[in-house]
This record gives sequence, C-alpha cells and structure tokens, in this order.
Amino acid sequence: MNILAHIGRASLSLLEEVGRVTLFLKDALVQGLTPKIFLRQILIQMMRIGYFSLPVVGLTAFFTGGALALQIYLGSSRFNAESLVASIVALGITRELGPVLAGLMVAGRVGASIAAELGTMRVTEQIDALVTLATNPFKYLVGPRIIAAVVTLPLLVGIADTIGIMGGYIVGTRSLGFNGYAYIRNTADFLEIDDVTSGLIKAAVFGFIIAVMGCYHGFNSRGGAQGVGRATTNAVVSSAILILAANFALTSLLFAD
Amino acid sequence: MTEGHIVLDGVHKSFGAKHVLNGVSLAVPKGHSLVVIGGSGTGKSVMLKCILGILRPDSGSIRVAGDEVVGLRGKARDAYLARFGMLFQGAALFDSLSVWENVAFGLIQGRHMARPKARDIAIEKLRQVGLGPEVGALFPAELSGGMQKRVGLARAIAADPEIIFFDEPTTGLDPIMADVINNLIVDCVKRLGATTISITHDMASARKIADDVAMIHKGQIIWQGPANTIDSSGNAFVDQFIHGRADGPIVMDVLKP
Repeated sequence: MNILAHIGRASLSLLEEVGRVTLFLKDALVQGLTPKIFLRQILIQMMRIGYFSLPVVGLTAFFTGGALALQIYLGSSRFNAESLVASIVALGITRELGPVLAGLMVAGRVGASIAAELGTMRVTEQIDALVTLATNPFKYLVGPRIIAAVVTLPLLVGIADTIGIMGGYIVGTRSLGFNGYAYIRNTADFLEIDDVTSGLIKAAVFGFIIAVMGCYHGFNSRGGAQGVGRATTNAVVSSAILILAANFALTSLLFAD
Repeated sequence: MTEGHIVLDGVHKSFGAKHVLNGVSLAVPKGHSLVVIGGSGTGKSVMLKCILGILRPDSGSIRVAGDEVVGLRGKARDAYLARFGMLFQGAALFDSLSVWENVAFGLIQGRHMARPKARDIAIEKLRQVGLGPEVGALFPAELSGGMQKRVGLARAIAADPEIIFFDEPTTGLDPIMADVINNLIVDCVKRLGATTISITHDMASARKIADDVAMIHKGQIIWQGPANTIDSSGNAFVDQFIHGRADGPIVMDVLKP
C-alpha cells in the first residue's frame, strides 16, 4: 500500500512539473517571442551565451577530437583500416560529439548562470519591479535568452566541429604518422553537408532547451539563497537530461532514411 | 457620492489551503495617502500584488479610477501599469544596470524615450531624492541601504505616476534615514499629487506619511480612519498594534517558553 502511494505521489509530482513547464513554455513563446523585441538584450545575451562560451567549448572539442583519433586508430588498426581515422573523426564530431558536448558544456555554464541570475532577480523582487515599470518580464528576460541561445549554439557548434576535426588532425599527423594532406583529403571527401547541418539543427534545439530550462527554474525559484541554489542545480540537471533525450530523438529522426 | 481612486471590494486570495485575503474592502480617495498597517503575514504585500495584477485574486473586484482592473491583459495591462510607481521593500534595483539606467528604466523601456532625454530626467529625479549626478554612474551594489531606497524612490516617481505603492519603505534603515525617507515620500507625493498606498509596521513612518490608516488582520480590513484618530480608535486590535504590546486580542503563533 505504502509503495503504491509513493509511486502515485511521484507520478503526480512529475506530471505537475511537466504541466508547469508546459505553461511556462506557452508564456515564453506567446509573450516572449512576439514583439516588442528587446534587441539590446538579445545582443548582450548573445555575447554571454555564445562568445564567452567559446573557450570552454573550443577546448572540449579540441581534446575530444584528439582522443577520438587515438581511439579510432587503436580500434581500426586491429583490422588494418587505419585510413578510416580521418573520416570517422569528422563524422563523429559533426554528427554527435560536437553538438552534444557543446550542449552539455553550455548547459553547465550558461543554464546555471541564467537560473542563478533570474532566480536572484525573483527573490529580490526585481522581476516584480519590471512589471511595475510596465515591462513584461517574458519579453525582457526570457525572449532574448531563448533567441540568443538558439542563434549562438549552432555557431558555437560550427566552431567546435572545426576545432574538433583540427584536434584529430594534430594527433593524427603528429603522433599517428598520417600525411597531413591525405588526412584533410580524407576528411573532405567523406564528410557530407548533411552531417554538418544535422549537428547544427541539434545545436539549435539544445540551445532552446538550455535557455527555457534556465529561465523556468530561475523564474520559479523561491526562498532566498537556498532556493536559488536549488534552481541552479535543477536547471543544469534537467537541461542535461533533456539534451541527451532530445539528441537520441533527433538522431533517430534525422538519420531515419 | 464619488467613488475612490482605488477601490477594493471583497477581494479574496488563497494559496492552496491558506486563505491570505478574506474579502478585503477598501477605498482610497484621489490624492490621498493610505497607510495599511498590520503584522507580518497578514496579507499586506499580497494585497498590493493583487492591485498590480502580479497576482490574480480568486474573487472580488478592484477598480482604479472607476475601471475594473482584475484580469487585464496585453496592451491594456501595460497601459494600466504605466500609471503606477512602486518602491519595493528591498529597493529591487536591477543590479546589472547603473543607477541612472535604473531610474530611467520605465521611461526608456516602457515609454520609448530617447536615452539622453531619459538620462536628464533620471538625474533630476535623483536630485529630488537628495542624490547628486555623480551617483547616477554607480551600480546598485556600490550603494548603502539608505541610498538604494532613495534610488528606488526616484525610480518609482520617474514616470510621474498617478498612483504610488510603498512596500515597507523604512524597514531596515536607521531611525534618521527612515525619517529622511518619510520626508522624501511626503514631498514627492505632494509634488505629484499622487494617490498612494503604503504598507508598513513602522508606526512613526505611518504617522508621518498617512492621511488615512487601515489595519489589516487575518486578510481583512478591521479598521479604517483618518490618521489623527488612530490613538482614539477604540479598536482593541489597533491599540495593541500601535503600542506594540505582546498581550491583546492579536495572538502570535509563538510557543511560550
């Protein structure tokens, strides 16, 4: 009996949360992404979400590309298929690791900071103050963050793809003895435009997830410093899980044929 | 009989099983200053948030200048909020913006005023609350509590609102700074001819800024009258509150040691 009650309570609170996120999403889309548009806020957020994430995302991509080249070399040399290294690194980075790792890193960096900033604004009544100054918080705070994340994440991933492939190239030519020209040749010949664009589409979706979850948890934080801390954690955890789930869904969708 | 500028009629608001407002009825004539007194958690802040539309009452009517305002949406709501100014308990200044940008926020974002012109007005409003133009370039975190309150006051009056709310304007200030704020409030309100509602539990402040006083207890207005009759109200609740006695009809939820 007790177990059933536990399961019931957990399912109810999960459904309740899904309902709340859905209602928030509706407000975010209907109010936040319709005029008026705060261009200045969008540009500020693009700097914060996109530009300042470059070092983190770039380093992640570089080391991942290098490690990937090493792993694939070890695996493929067992059946004399070393020539596949360049193309598999390129495919792995552009289709999968570039968007997912960049998404997760940005979720940690930006999702947390959005939740902490909006959460603090909530508990110090700054969001209420916006309302009394005839400014819709969804338009001023949520909309610009969503737009900035959806626009900059694909740009970040484009750069991450390049750096990741470069990481593979450096490891391949410096320590695995590949010819530089042949490596680039292999990469360019095998890589198709769809491989890159599918990764960029994923990135835009991940950006949307990060911004919405950060704003949602920030907006709904309660009760001072502890509440803001909890909002930050929840924003990062929920966007990370949603990114991984969405990645699976998008992969099956985009590569269905 | 002319109706008051702000009229509340049987306003109810509950959060779950907790009934915060149990039929608040109240009228403030145009140009009057009403101070609402009452203990912590009696529904004072919730009442202001209902009038502003930040919270939606469960039932009852709120009329401002004769128009029903419960449930306003979109453009009508923006136009309604543009008539308000509010000073928050913790000042609620936007910490990402400089002091003058805070004061000018409603002018720039709400009324689309050009930045240089809004800046001139902001500097003038800062002067009215006793702050020099050099303060305008500082950030809220660099100010003392009293200065933050004064900036909050400047922001509340920046757009020359017809209605101003003060949420615990003197809480957390030393008695001298509290009196400075009280004087500024009286001056500003007189200059604008605004209708004001203040909530406080500071009786010195209430006596200074009130034309009328209303006492709220358990979500209802239990007494309302001119400020100079508060000492002869004949109401045991009011007497207990204004003299700050632990014993009386109001029983605090405190366990006796």
